[in-house]
Amino acid sequence: MKVGLFIPCYVDQFYPQVAIASLQLLEKLGCEVEFPMKQTCCGQPMANSGYEHLTAGCNDNFVDNFAGFDYIVCPSGSCTLHVKDHLHSHKNEQAAVTIRKRIYELSEFLTDVLQVKGLQARFPHKVGFHQSCHGQRGLHMSQMSELVAEPFSKPEQLLNQVEGIELVALTRKDECCGFGGTFCVAEEAVSAKMGKDRVADHLKQEVEYIAGADMSCLMHMEGILRRQKSPVKVIHIAEILNSTLHEPTA
Amino acid sequence: MNQPHKEHAELAEKFNADEDRVNWHDETLWWIRQKRDKIVWQLPEWEQLRETASQIKHNVLSHLSEYLLEFEANAQKNGVTVHWAANGEEHNKIVYKLLKEQGVTQMVKSKSMLTEECHLNEFLEKQGIEVVDTDLGERIVQLAKEPPSHIVLPCIHWKKEEIGELFHKFLGTPEGNADPQFLTHAARLALRQDFLTRKVALTGVNFAVAETGEFVVCTNEGNADMGAHLSNVHIASMGIEKLIPKRKHLGVFLRLLTRSATGQPITTYSSHFSKPRPGQQMHIILVDNGRSVHLGKEEFRNSLKCIRCGACMNTCPVYRRSGGHSYHNAVAGPIGSILAPNFDMRKNADLPFASTLCGSCSNVCPVKIDIHDQLYKWRQVLAKEGHTPKAKTAAMKVMAVTLSKPGIFTVAGKMGRIVMRNVPGLVNNKLNPWFKQREMPEAPKESFREWYQKNRKK
Ligand code: SF4
Repeated sequence: MKVGLFIPCYVDQFYPQVAIASLQLLEKLGCEVEFPMKQTCCGQPMANSGYEHLTAGCNDNFVDNFAGFDYIVCPSGSCTLHVKDHLHSHKNEQAAVTIRKRIYELSEFLTDVLQVKGLQARFPHKVGFHQSCHGQRGLHMSQMSELVAEPFSKPEQLLNQVEGIELVALTRKDECCGFGGTFCVAEEAVSAKMGKDRVADHLKQEVEYIAGADMSCLMHMEGILRRQKSPVKVIHIAEILNSTLHEPTA
Repeated sequence: MNQPHKEHAELAEKFNADEDRVNWHDETLWWIRQKRDKIVWQLPEWEQLRETASQIKHNVLSHLSEYLLEFEANAQKNGVTVHWAANGEEHNKIVYKLLKEQGVTQMVKSKSMLTEECHLNEFLEKQGIEVVDTDLGERIVQLAKEPPSHIVLPCIHWKKEEIGELFHKFLGTPEGNADPQFLTHAARLALRQDFLTRKVALTGVNFAVAETGEFVVCTNEGNADMGAHLSNVHIASMGIEKLIPKRKHLGVFLRLLTRSATGQPITTYSSHFSKPRPGQQMHIILVDNGRSVHLGKEEFRNSLKCIRCGACMNTCPVYRRSGGHSYHNAVAGPIGSILAPNFDMRKNADLPFASTLCGSCSNVCPVKIDIHDQLYKWRQVLAKEGHTPKAKTAAMKVMAVTLSKPGIFTVAGKMGRIVMRNVPGLVNNKLNPWFKQREMPEAPKESFREWYQKNRKK
């Protein structure tokens, strides 16, 4: 199975450990993974600001990089959703359509395609899991609290396989953290307040880590934690699921 | 954007100056969201009910002109006078004409967001007519000379102590008394006088039934009934999208409305009005005010399904932390942000951006409006039509080039990281809004791309 690894631009630059963990995890699970070196971005920062009409070049580049893979996997629900909903190409629409169907967020790829059971991972810490909205409400990675429907959670299904982890219950289990792309600077006051409130919910449960499947939300909450000089850290789910490699069981 | 009023971000920042108040506002509305969750979980068919309502409204919007004519004919048969108003101004003039015919200078009104939209109160005041809003919440904001901040809970931004002070000033209640029951009673006594002496009453309309020509008004205080029953003339103002085809469809909407709005099974009073009592006049004003233009925009048509329950506001994490007035529009919150640009794109260009696109609004909406998708679509329209800041457009154009050229992108990323690692003062300064309340991420020594080159590309 040939997997193209799509790493969001800010993860490439600021959180290489998340990309490394994603790569190692997929390799460990038997995938043949390639990171196409000429990839840039999914174009979401432009599109969510109202400039989807400027994303053609970016989209073409995406298609050039990711056509031909069996699957495209990305450790971000938000970027995955954007590609799924908005990737088009004047040059090669057929390839764009195929990519839209074959792109998966990392944890849903593990649960739905690889159907991973009995992961070998250990992470003996108290963890709060942040449901990022685009992954949850857009990709349906977990049930949404607004709906009268059977609960489920793909990330939790994976985290529950991790040895030693203690997942806490939050007061507001799927409230937005307030990152929101350019919202985080354009609406600084509300964005920061939302972030502070979200962080406080985790801190009330005395977590050691705030985990999530979207580094953008985690970057925002990390910024708040560090400003508050809190010892609590943020961590991407890929790092937890891959944790035996870094922290061999004692 | 040269706009005469302040934008959402600025007004929201002001609201956030008092953090305790923001917490209180957020908690109060979240409590209502939880009440809603609790009661909807008691109906296993909830999602089916939402889908049914959405489909019924879909049918209405596809056949609106026919239903309107059917409704008009049936209402006339019932002895009701039907008026058509193309816009708010026409609506206000019709109301004024009816008041003049009666030779009165006073009127009671029960809550109608439509009259807020048409700015009826201001118009009538200028003509020397005194309007008394009879819903408690609406009366409070009226006394305070403010617009409502929420479509169902107009004074949700007022604390009870502040209401006590306001009533002390205007209704002469004892200073320092903030007991809600006492204050409600005081307001009722004052309003009773108004009810008994006003000859004309105006109400809103929640649902109008094409099949029968009747209309339904939902209130918790019974003030609409009181006003209408004691008046010689009952005027009902409704937006043309309030129609439903048949009486049997009412059950679907009445079950959804208040569960979504406040977590009650049904409003205390769901009053059906079909014909005037002997000697009374009943008028219905059908108001377009931009709705038919809106109907013509296929991508945005769904928002006309709205039954004004307010659930999207209660669940919106941005609304809860920015307050209704930050939306500078009669209808605030997520639904306001997709309705307002229809009226005035320029004035309301900021509103579709006052959202993280988290999608919670679309999930609670009882008629399944794709609210967050419409916010996204409005952003595209606004940027294309030049209603976004010029600097932003310029930055986006640079970004577009960078992202289509992998070579430039790699260099730009690396440069950015080097800058952040070595000169943190450059980015971590007051001019960077991110840094006001958050630290920047620490720049690592190498990017993933560089690591990959070394470790996998041998
Ligand atoms: S958009 Fe939906 S949730 Fe919001 S007020 Fe209208 S009906 Fe209620």
